[in-house]
Amino acid sequence: MPSLENIANFIHNWLYTTFNATVALLLEFTIVAILVIGLFSVLGLVLIFMERKVSAYMQVRLGPNRVGPKGIFQTVADTLKLMVKEGMTPNNADKFLFNLAPFIVMTAAMLILAPLAFAKNFQIWDINIGVLFVTAISSVSVIGILMAGWASNNKYSLLGAMRSGAQIVSYELSAGLSIITIVVLSESLKISTIIESQANGWWIFKGHIPAIIAFVIFIIAVTAETNRAPFDLAEAESELTAGFHTEYSGMKFALFFLAEYVNIFIVCVIGATLFLGGWMPLHFGTNTTFNEMMDYIPSSLWLFGKTFFLIFVIMWFRWTFPRLRIDQLLNLEWKYLLPISMINLLLATAMAILGWHF
Amino acid sequence: MFLKEYIQDIYGAVKSLLIGMRRTGYYFTNHKEIITQQYPDNKATLNLSERFRGEVVMIHDENNEHACTGCTACELACPNATIKIITQFDISPDGKKKKALNKFVYHLDLCTMCNLCIVACPTDAIKMANTFEHSVFDRSKLTKILNNPDSKIRAGIE
Repeated sequence: MPSLENIANFIHNWLYTTFNATVALLLEFTIVAILVIGLFSVLGLVLIFMERKVSAYMQVRLGPNRVGPKGIFQTVADTLKLMVKEGMTPNNADKFLFNLAPFIVMTAAMLILAPLAFAKNFQIWDINIGVLFVTAISSVSVIGILMAGWASNNKYSLLGAMRSGAQIVSYELSAGLSIITIVVLSESLKISTIIESQANGWWIFKGHIPAIIAFVIFIIAVTAETNRAPFDLAEAESELTAGFHTEYSGMKFALFFLAEYVNIFIVCVIGATLFLGGWMPLHFGTNTTFNEMMDYIPSSLWLFGKTFFLIFVIMWFRWTFPRLRIDQLLNLEWKYLLPISMINLLLATAMAILGWHF
Repeated sequence: MFLKEYIQDIYGAVKSLLIGMRRTGYYFTNHKEIITQQYPDNKATLNLSERFRGEVVMIHDENNEHACTGCTACELACPNATIKIITQFDISPDGKKKKALNKFVYHLDLCTMCNLCIVACPTDAIKMANTFEHSVFDRSKLTKILNNPDSKIRAGIE
């Protein structure tokens, strides 16, 4: 049966038998880079179209419906437009930092992709501190945002970047604590081990209430970390024109825009991996007939199904809730999410020690 | 007690957020009534409100007669000099001179559709029309003479 695992293994073996080890490794690097860039561009097109359609349906509108059937080529047309537009740099901007910032944001997003498992045994780099790697790298993107805001030499950009900095730094805490809850339960930082530990049920079912609370807090925190509404103060169109990317145009703006959607995808993959079992099919205990039936669905479809469900939930948030004020935003984190996730972590630890989970 | 209020806060917040999400979720799953007007396609069936203000027109009846006395009340009411009334003196049958309308000049490019001229008009000679496709290639085409050529004032209007 052709699965992503078999294809990857076949290419790997073919490369190592045809070329010597160094060349084969370099070729593998190239293939991985092309695949990652390809995934990013496809994700950008698909997610932006999905967002526009979801928002339209929630607001009783039609959404894009002119380019192609049901408007499916709208984002392709938009991308072409952005590509041919001039990428301007303001006169008094710090030109080096200004031009570097979009690439930092994009590179941070690409780095997080490394330890994520997309299908059974289909992973770029299965390091044994995968979860730590993900949380560490996800804080790098804030540097790119601060850089963009500072280098633009524009008060709106600076304000947006500062807000974004305060927001990402604070929400990382509760996102990290809810990730640790699952690390405690599965007793590993390695992504593949965490997924294996969910073979007899996903953590959201096995972990009882602490896992559900951690999941809810994780979703709230990553919504804030990706600067999505209702936490989009960094952009806040009504107050700051466009926040940190006010001065960007053309392809540099497109990179920020793309990074936003790729980041949503990545945090949803992480959420799906930790709480919803990653590529693991829906298994219930030792009910073998049901489990085998579920195994017939390819593992990559399971992961993408779960991820797109989470993405839909985050889009649902965006088109339902009004934007928070900056003090409300920090109150929510420091007075509610952080204490709750700390107590929740304590509960989860007690549960893991006493072996109350399945 | 502090802890009780804290938990009540969280409960209330989660509940109200879920109510909001249920509403948008309902709209998402029940995608029937669409408010989008696909404008150039539905030109024939376009349903504009009675009160929509597109441009000022003068009402003419079938005898090509209007109700404008040339009193310039609309010109005075206009906040940005959109209307210019050019009057003339007619000689009435009994030999008296009488002020009457010669040209009702209307600058559509200056008009803000504020409706003050229609309110000011003592004889209801002008009204707001529903038309809104005003694009032209030459700005001078936006300066319109509202009274039809050879039209005259309806008898009995003072």
